[in-house]
Amino acid sequence: MALLQIAEPGMSAAPHQHKLAVGIDLGTTNSLVATVRSGMSTVLHDEEGHALLPSVVHYLPDGSVEVGYTAQAQQSQDPHNTIVSVKRFMGRGLKDVGDTAQLPYQFVDTPGMLQIQTRAGQKSPVEVSAEILKVLKQRAEKALGGELTGAVITVPAYFDDAQRQATKDAARLAGLTVLRLLNEPTAAAVAYGLDNASEGVYVIYDLGGGTFDVSILRLSKGVFEVLATNGDSALGGDDFDRRIFCWILEQAKLPPINPEDTRLLLTKSREAKEWLSDHTEARITSILKSGDLVDLTLTSAKLKELTQHLITKTLNPTRKALRDAGLAVEDVKGIVMVGGATRMPQVRHAVAEFFEQDPLTNLDPDKVVALGAAIQANVLAGNRSENDLLLLDVIPLSLGLETMGGLTERVIPRNSTLPIARAQDFTTFKDGQTAMSIHVVQGERELVSDCRSLARFELRGIPSMAAGAARIRVTFQVDADGLLSVTAREQTSGVESHITVKPSYGLSEDEIADMLQSSFNAADSDKQARALQEARVDAERLLEAIAAALSQDGDLLAEAERKQIETSMEQLRNLMNSGNSHEIHDAVEALNHATEEFAARRMDTSVRKALAGQKLNTLEL
Amino acid sequence: MTQSITQNHFELFDLPVQFSIDLDQLNQQFRKVQSEVHPDRFAAASGAERLKSMQLATQANEAYQTLKKPTSRARYLLQLHGIDTQEDSNTAMPGDFLMLQMEWREAMEEASDAHDIDALERLLTEMRKAARQFQQDLQQQLDENRAFEQASGTVRKLSFIDKVQADIEQTISKLEDA
Repeated sequence: MALLQIAEPGMSAAPHQHKLAVGIDLGTTNSLVATVRSGMSTVLHDEEGHALLPSVVHYLPDGSVEVGYTAQAQQSQDPHNTIVSVKRFMGRGLKDVGDTAQLPYQFVDTPGMLQIQTRAGQKSPVEVSAEILKVLKQRAEKALGGELTGAVITVPAYFDDAQRQATKDAARLAGLTVLRLLNEPTAAAVAYGLDNASEGVYVIYDLGGGTFDVSILRLSKGVFEVLATNGDSALGGDDFDRRIFCWILEQAKLPPINPEDTRLLLTKSREAKEWLSDHTEARITSILKSGDLVDLTLTSAKLKELTQHLITKTLNPTRKALRDAGLAVEDVKGIVMVGGATRMPQVRHAVAEFFEQDPLTNLDPDKVVALGAAIQANVLAGNRSENDLLLLDVIPLSLGLETMGGLTERVIPRNSTLPIARAQDFTTFKDGQTAMSIHVVQGERELVSDCRSLARFELRGIPSMAAGAARIRVTFQVDADGLLSVTAREQTSGVESHITVKPSYGLSEDEIADMLQSSFNAADSDKQARALQEARVDAERLLEAIAAALSQDGDLLAEAERKQIETSMEQLRNLMNSGNSHEIHDAVEALNHATEEFAARRMDTSVRKALAGQKLNTLEL
Repeated sequence: MTQSITQNHFELFDLPVQFSIDLDQLNQQFRKVQSEVHPDRFAAASGAERLKSMQLATQANEAYQTLKKPTSRARYLLQLHGIDTQEDSNTAMPGDFLMLQMEWREAMEEASDAHDIDALERLLTEMRKAARQFQQDLQQQLDENRAFEQASGTVRKLSFIDKVQADIEQTISKLEDA
């Protein structure tokens, strides 16, 4: 059972103190956590000195859970209860995962996202991922000697809304405050670009265990602008293993084999693949549970032949990303290789041939993403005062709406810089129509059925009018995490409905609350204590932020305005000691509301100042 | 004192309200504005500031995208002058442009049927050249002659070219996947 950490109010870090923030690379095969210490981004190790944590979760008969190397060692002994590569299932339904027959799990086809039957019960991929995150959180808190302010968690750039939401939910379940979901290639670019003081157009080619991403960035004076991204969220090193595995079955003329032997041979396949990165031949030997003997030799030439089509599958997205960025191969200054699978010589050769230059491989492809995420976490937590790093990322897949005949109408095109908002107006097509249903999808295909369904919602309470008279404005906002929220408003009557896009492919608030509850195995009073603690931390942070803003820009306020804010602050401060979580929450909202105008003025002023560097005379204040 | 940024897209970046703009300057100004308003700058700030930051960063992105591309920049400029470019309703085009249109569509279908990606790429280059000519026309029509109705017609032509280009790009993408 996990223990709650309760800090007394007023004991949280003072504003000037270094905030403990980490970057987490939640990978298909391995996960890592890194932080910035004394200005250097470093990966945090476990007690045995391992940087990598295998993304493997084992549910034991005694009800405990083990994660990492010890779990990995169990995967062929206890395949049903040892979950590897869970990232492939995040935000995915059973039909989205093509190769379930080859995997040793008992899948449960639950709506939205599949689940896996283990001896510890049905587990959502979100819960399994949360186990990995919990271990990394503990590792970081132990190494850094305190509670974390927050974490930046990386996701494949090509993850859609459902997969991103699932990742964020997993972090929440693990008790982490998510400062930002950061795209893996962008994180790698940060680590690489800052290290090498690079300027110009760079391509990040990221072939991980289960996902492929390619991003094209323009680096200029600390601004990392993603021009285009593309990829395949179901293509990675695992697929190379599986090709070798199939080859073994074929060569050794094995009958259909059991889950234990499947896991064993998949591991042998991975080992052979890794061996062939530095050798020309790999011997694969194994005695299976069935008594069958495997003794084969795989040459690097054969491996190349077996997996050439997988490499081709990475070059098509690469070509598309270049085209979307409006660039040609000659415009690219460097290609940064990320992900363990880019260690394969045949991958490096293919990339070198495509770009007509050798890719950059001087950074550890396993660590670069976590290192970049840590740098961004440090900035977001407010540890760097100089504004010298800015990431401008994009939405990887277009957002659209279902129209007549099951066709998609694009609302936000892929590769739009985030955050972005688009409004679309709708009207009724029948007299007296009072409800209307809207279906939001993500993807590039023309048919709705070929895209991912994100949300279906109904707008009710439209005032009864003649057909075509109602004016319903639906606004899609995608935030800096790449997550969508939708608001609909009937213009003539002002009826508004706010829609969270979670239900179709994410977990509902109730489900998360249930999981949190069961993971803490706590009584109701503990739940309340936790809610109260969370509310106090929120309040503390807000008071801190506003105090800092007042001392910096207090002169933007008239005396009466300042008084009003200070009164709100005082009210919140009083409630922090005496109030319950709801009362504190309401006071936080009230204080936020009271400072809206102040926030707007501060930002106006800073923008004016920034632009004033050039032409002071054209500014009207 | 102004309460919030309610300027038009040009003013947001402190650029003159006209069709010809210095793209380097636009890039620079955009980055300056984003450096101040981007949500990453406000991750630890109050809820009010985070909300405002998202609104302003969204507005800056929208403004940048609109001004960056000649067709949308011209359309927006005409809008500021109170002119609707009627791209969906007004499909009347001069005869010579109609001819050109037909030639492009035919070339596209031919190359598409023959799975000839190189021919499609060549067509794209040719269309880009044509678009550049219209963009030069726009500069004259908008900045020098203030011939807004005429400029509206040019925007419709460019808009058509943009659409065909998008179709061609999609066709190439499909052929590559096949």
